[in-house]
Amino acid sequence: MELDKMTSPDIERNTAYPDTSELEFDDGIRSWFQAMRDVENRAILEKKAESDDCPCREGMFPDGGTNRRTLLMGGAAAISGALLSGQAQAKTPPGAIQFDVARDPTKQQGRPTHDDGGYGSRSQFEDDVRWRFPTKTRVSSWTMTPLADSHGIITPSGLHFERHHGGIPTIDPASHTLTVHGMVERARKYSMSDLKRFPSLTRISFIECSGNGLTEFKQPYLKTVQGTHGLTSNSEWTGVPLSTILNEVGVSDGAAWILAEGSDAAVMTRSVPIDKAMDDALLCYAQNGEAIRPEQGYPLRLVLPGFEGNTHIKWLRRLEISDKPFMTREETSKYTDVLDNGKARQFSLTMEAKSVITFPSGEMKLPGAGFYEITGLAWTGRGHIERVEITTDGGQSWQEAKLQTPVLSMSHTRFRFPWKWDGKPALIASRCIDETGYVQPTIAELNKVRGVNGHPKFASIYHNNGIMAWSIDASGRVKNAAHAV
Amino acid sequence: MKNTVKNATRSFNSLLAATTLILCCATFGVSAAERFDFGLTPSKDEIATIDIDIMPDGRALPRGSGNAVLGRTLYDAKCAACHGAELEGISEAGASALIGGRGSIGTPQTKKTVESFWPYATTLFDYVRRAMPFNEPGSLEDAEVYALTAYILYRGNIIGEKVEMNAGSLAKVQMPNRDGFIPDARPDVLNYRKGIAKRP
Repeated sequence: MELDKMTSPDIERNTAYPDTSELEFDDGIRSWFQAMRDVENRAILEKKAESDDCPCREGMFPDGGTNRRTLLMGGAAAISGALLSGQAQAKTPPGAIQFDVARDPTKQQGRPTHDDGGYGSRSQFEDDVRWRFPTKTRVSSWTMTPLADSHGIITPSGLHFERHHGGIPTIDPASHTLTVHGMVERARKYSMSDLKRFPSLTRISFIECSGNGLTEFKQPYLKTVQGTHGLTSNSEWTGVPLSTILNEVGVSDGAAWILAEGSDAAVMTRSVPIDKAMDDALLCYAQNGEAIRPEQGYPLRLVLPGFEGNTHIKWLRRLEISDKPFMTREETSKYTDVLDNGKARQFSLTMEAKSVITFPSGEMKLPGAGFYEITGLAWTGRGHIERVEITTDGGQSWQEAKLQTPVLSMSHTRFRFPWKWDGKPALIASRCIDETGYVQPTIAELNKVRGVNGHPKFASIYHNNGIMAWSIDASGRVKNAAHAV
Repeated sequence: MKNTVKNATRSFNSLLAATTLILCCATFGVSAAERFDFGLTPSKDEIATIDIDIMPDGRALPRGSGNAVLGRTLYDAKCAACHGAELEGISEAGASALIGGRGSIGTPQTKKTVESFWPYATTLFDYVRRAMPFNEPGSLEDAEVYALTAYILYRGNIIGEKVEMNAGSLAKVQMPNRDGFIPDARPDVLNYRKGIAKRP
């Protein structure tokens, strides 16, 4: 009953998802889960509609076979106009401007210089977007980065994943301040201009939500790498080292924790160990060479390289130094990992080594046997990635992948592996090893030590850094095969 | 508490060792003892306006008081639409259950609520005051926050209906899952590769 009520009538069901109806979910979990599949399915259908129209897409993404005309006509009742009709051709992708395509661009002048007003946009033919998880309220919600088509290691700012608890505030930097107080010799209040006067630092680091991959803890659930791994993104960040500011205020003896507080409607708060604050914490005002985007914390964000995403407080307005952690809602009732003995791990802040193959990945279709470059991303909160290994035979043998240099600490690292597919069913996966020698575990190994009862469906919910496998059948279709390796 | 801090801090020390410490001050020829002195000294009132956090020892709790009787009226008017008349949570509204599930944590029926999971009553006060009600965050008077906190704790069978919650009593409330938390114990899968590097 509840499931039916939660189901949007305008989404075509894809029967390929595993049947989970026998599992006992409460209403909230069931709707949450189904909604996640719905949004993924919607994106897949849109991609399919486009690829059928456009032979330029080389047949690799998505898994084709659906005729757009059929969808539009036969599926008119099932799929609302808002979803598909005309969208593939007529709707300009977010971040792009629609222009007429010249019959021969060498035979007429192009657009005038500076016609964009001085700020460029992406091609109208590129339509990768973040998905929003369809939470009941749009102000407490999240979006996921489209990793399947990612290149290199930097996530475009407009595709960086989001998690908001009280919407995106619009903050005038001219009136925004950061107050630093508590166990200090002297409290201080900084304007954005003040902060920009301090010596600055630039570094590249990933931010990953510790809930990334929670749907895959117990069984393969979502279909694409955007769904299974899209809560991680990698940016170049610029700002003032927090250690500089702590030197300014003079931290008192016995100080051990710092409360970071945002200026959004959730007034988001997390406690940060002072060791981390003194080590590599950054008060950032810039991302990828320009001011931080509003949804990433404009005008000021705390960046804690290698720590779970929720601690990277956006719209930062206050830092309070204390001898103890503050035990905020987000570090007690949330972002704690319940084990089967009933105890919950707290302050699990470091993101452990993790990797995923982004190509080929779920819902793609390889056109035939032959050469493919397997590629993906690896990262660790304990420094840099030392090695990535690939299996194409379900884990029987592993071979070393090539890492794109420079390999940076606390950053996504791109790996590549040349592969000649023989056209037979294959099971591919990556595993990484970080500079401490830690080997990315299997999901089964994680569940063995943490248990699976922290949540009725999502096991211990947070910190799933297990090995992700994709299966490829003889026709080239790529599917989620989490737990198969 | 001290153990929690100590253990958590220890794991961060290893991180410290693995990472380059960048002292930008040195680059500019300013020693660590010197200061740039940018910014202003905020007044006590300026700090008080935004210093709204409440720690488990209740050290910064404001004046005011409230009990579940008053809290019920407030709850019905400001909270029930999302969290349900019986504090059961309404998934359609995206609002979680506030009571129930006691003893379920770690079982296949794990149900996290204020009653079953939250370790500190002060966190409830802090969160309600900073972020609730969802449609009007930060709008409640301190006495109202005490009353709502009292009502949720009363409905969770944690305090009595007439018990006043205030700066003296709130931090003394013993939550059912007070001892349910342990420090991070990772790395917890120890498949270390020899010859790569030393373990942390």
